[in-house]
Amino acid sequence: MDTLVAQLQRQFRDYTISLYHQGFLDDQFTELKKLQDECSPDFVAEVVSLFFEDCEKLIGNMARALDQTGNVDFNLVGSSVHQLKGSSSSVGAKRVKGLCVTFKECCDSQNFEGCVRCLQQVDIEYKSLKAKLQDLFSLEQQIVQAGGRIPQVDI
Amino acid sequence: MAVGEVMRMEIPAGGDLSVTSPELHVLAVDDSIVDRKVIERLLRISSCKVTTVESGTRALQYLGLDGNTNASDLKDLKVNLIVTDYSMPGLTGYDLLKKIKESSAFREIPVVIMSSENILTRIEQCLKEGAEDFLLKPVKLADVKRIKQLIMRNEAEECKTLSHSNKRKLGEDTDTSSPSSSSSSSSHDDSSSVNDFPSSKRMKSESEQFSSFL
Repeated sequence: MDTLVAQLQRQFRDYTISLYHQGFLDDQFTELKKLQDECSPDFVAEVVSLFFEDCEKLIGNMARALDQTGNVDFNLVGSSVHQLKGSSSSVGAKRVKGLCVTFKECCDSQNFEGCVRCLQQVDIEYKSLKAKLQDLFSLEQQIVQAGGRIPQVDI
Repeated sequence: MAVGEVMRMEIPAGGDLSVTSPELHVLAVDDSIVDRKVIERLLRISSCKVTTVESGTRALQYLGLDGNTNASDLKDLKVNLIVTDYSMPGLTGYDLLKKIKESSAFREIPVVIMSSENILTRIEQCLKEGAEDFLLKPVKLADVKRIKQLIMRNEAEECKTLSHSNKRKLGEDTDTSSPSSSSSSSSHDDSSSVNDFPSSKRMKSESEQFSSFL
């Protein structure tokens, strides 16, 4: 009979694997996990939290720049996209990073409609990842509260 | 080592040079708060002391190279390594590299450049200007460990050189040439092991060429 801990651990393992397989996360996220230990038990959560704040700030900048109808500074948008691409790459946010690549191309070709579309997609994508990671961290907490250890998941 | 002494190592009287590593103090420069957090952790977990700053200008201020700091403040800093992002607003990592290499007080400090873009001309430009290495982002633990080994080995060789010229203890052929040439020879040695590291982004043949300029 499955204990609660075993059930939670299985859920955690399956969920983690699905996030990688569906392309939400890549191996840089795995690299971040390596940096977490008893001394820094919340490292990953702290970094992703900074990342999501960064997303909000940069997306706000991009939206403002795109809002200057007839006078859009595509360099400014592009520069924010570049920063977002960098930070998404650093945390392993694979889909967000991929969208930034497309977004940058739209900026470089001054494609306004393309930029607006990309902005919407990037906004949706980071929020979706944020929700998923919150679920993942919540599972971790439940495992620990039930007295179990968070399993190492090999992708 | 007088001006520009970047690392004090205890060399026991017995001449044993297997020093229990003193902590490297690394100055990490990056305009991205996410990347600063990550690089700081990568370095701390690799047993380095870390100071992070958000711009090239801040880095120069910290080092006292902005002309505002009293010379007497400099000797407490002891930065052993500078790791900097390339693309930053204002002073780029390349600009920062140049300023450091132009400074008599700090030119011996190894500088490593990080970039999210794998542009050969950029890499060559940085190595030519005296960068110790070039890391492609996202930076991984293996990259940091490799850099640390490289720096520690350079520092140990430098101390060994000084120790040999001071003590004439070992019978082997000692290289008593200047520290800069001994560090370039260890870079040469290292580039052959670079291929063992999949995460290494150093362009081997080009870097060997430019290492001889260092």
